[in-house]
Amino acid sequence: MIRAWLTRNWKVIYARLWVRVIGNNRQPAWIVAEMIIPVITLSAYIFMYRMLNAPAIYSGFVILGGTMIAFWANVLWNMSAQFYWEKETGTLETYFTAPISRMAILLGMALGGIVNTTVRAASVLTVGVLIFQTPLMLNQPLTAVLMFALTIVALYALGMLFASLFLMYGRQAWHTANLLQEPVYFFSGSYFPIFGSGGIPILIQAVASFIPLTFGLDGIRRVVILGQGIADVWIDVVALVVFIIILLPLAKFALNYMENLGKREGRLTLRWQ
Amino acid sequence: MSVKALDGVSISIEEGEIFGMLGPNGAGKTTLIKILSTLLLPTSGEAYVSGFDVAKESGEVRKIISVVSGGETPGYGILTAQENLWFFSQLYGLSSKSAKEEISRLFKDLDFEQFAKTRMSKLSTGYKQRLNLARGMLNNPRILFLDEPTLGLDVMTSKKLRGYIIDWSKRERKGTVLLTTHYMAEADEMCDRVAMIAQGRILACDSPLALKEKLKENVITRLEVSSVSTNFDFMEKMGGIIGYSQTRSIQTDTTTLKLMVRDESVLSKIVGTLEKQNLRILSSVPEEPTLEDVYISLCGRGFQEAEVSE
Repeated sequence: MIRAWLTRNWKVIYARLWVRVIGNNRQPAWIVAEMIIPVITLSAYIFMYRMLNAPAIYSGFVILGGTMIAFWANVLWNMSAQFYWEKETGTLETYFTAPISRMAILLGMALGGIVNTTVRAASVLTVGVLIFQTPLMLNQPLTAVLMFALTIVALYALGMLFASLFLMYGRQAWHTANLLQEPVYFFSGSYFPIFGSGGIPILIQAVASFIPLTFGLDGIRRVVILGQGIADVWIDVVALVVFIIILLPLAKFALNYMENLGKREGRLTLRWQ
Repeated sequence: MSVKALDGVSISIEEGEIFGMLGPNGAGKTTLIKILSTLLLPTSGEAYVSGFDVAKESGEVRKIISVVSGGETPGYGILTAQENLWFFSQLYGLSSKSAKEEISRLFKDLDFEQFAKTRMSKLSTGYKQRLNLARGMLNNPRILFLDEPTLGLDVMTSKKLRGYIIDWSKRERKGTVLLTTHYMAEADEMCDRVAMIAQGRILACDSPLALKEKLKENVITRLEVSSVSTNFDFMEKMGGIIGYSQTRSIQTDTTTLKLMVRDESVLSKIVGTLEKQNLRILSSVPEEPTLEDVYISLCGRGFQEAEVSE
């Protein structure tokens, strides 16, 4: 029985992942929106740092920031607001009347988003490094992989939590996603280092500590640009693990809670709210 | 503001039966389907699907049901019809081989194999609804909830879908169907039993034939009157009138009244009153009772009037 349940939900995860990957790649406009525009944005910061005679490593900080921010955008627009879109298009009803785990749907969406965004992010990273001849100092590749993996899991766990909370939202989902976009760009230090640079007020660092991407970016930059190892990024690793431990169960709890609330209030599949 | 969508509804549907819920928009039909399909919790009372409590055993209910709503998008526009069906088959754990076989069979049965590789966004409304029904049949449900399945469809497509559902329920699988509709002819053609619902209450429940039989002793007439603007509310105060519906046509400047009265003398009285108001009776045609007449006899008015007043 458990095996049948696991098999069915694995199929759901794979199917939802497949829809996301196939669907996204049938829209070639992503090349402009997710590759060219990010490169333009990070170019602006790199030119600014160069004008200020900042050390060359700052170009690397910007490129990695621009790369990782793609994941935040994906979490926000393709994860958090996804149940809202499913509700508006009518597919949510099918999900909620099927004998499957709702977390499997979210997991499928997350994995699909990770696959799509990793391809885009890798493209931005490659183009950025080649154009700006950014110096990289990667001494511990496995630590880099660990940091990247933990960052992604923590980010998408946050996305799963938001998706659950947005389940009951109507149009506010769109505005809320907008509201979260720029502040996270700023507080996570997408284009400048938040921790250890000396120039960022302690209050901003404190606020930034509530965002998984801040620790992820800090750790990845240390490992990839500054050549540091696991001993130097253990705080980032611990912070990300804590985020994951808290966010994943919280996402499941929120999803159950919101589903029940929606079923009680009759708003689960109510559209155009 | 809280609205009581269903009030004291108590029905029991037999296995293999096609059961219709007939009522105007806002009568509570969709609410009932949402409760039975585990999308909504009742504020009080209990509901069971195949013996499973919809509130406490929703997981068991979901294994044996399927919901198909009219006017819905049947999947993701960027995927083809075939890809959409494959995706939905995975929600029910079908193996690749079973999914492939089932999908081909459904394309064939619903007669749209030629659109298997067409993106869903490019399908017409009729073919989207065929796809929607195919999606609902993928898991071979024991109980199928159909919420206005032919809403907005042309006559031929509606007929095709109705035929498929009857065939599925009666000959192939002995599946149970709960159908909501406000198309009288659809309920008449498809359903073994029909419940008339208005403002969340069941007004009558029986086979279409039995419901219509009860009206045999009344006189049902369709009158065409030469005015589109006359207020016919005065008829409500006349004795002997069971109910009436009216359809106004601006193009022909006429109103068609469907009257249900106790006997011929009441009809003569109405005609006399209309003529006194200088209205010409363009035609007067006696009619056999329909399910709409059953509704009129229960509510005193037709669906359209009920929807306008609600």
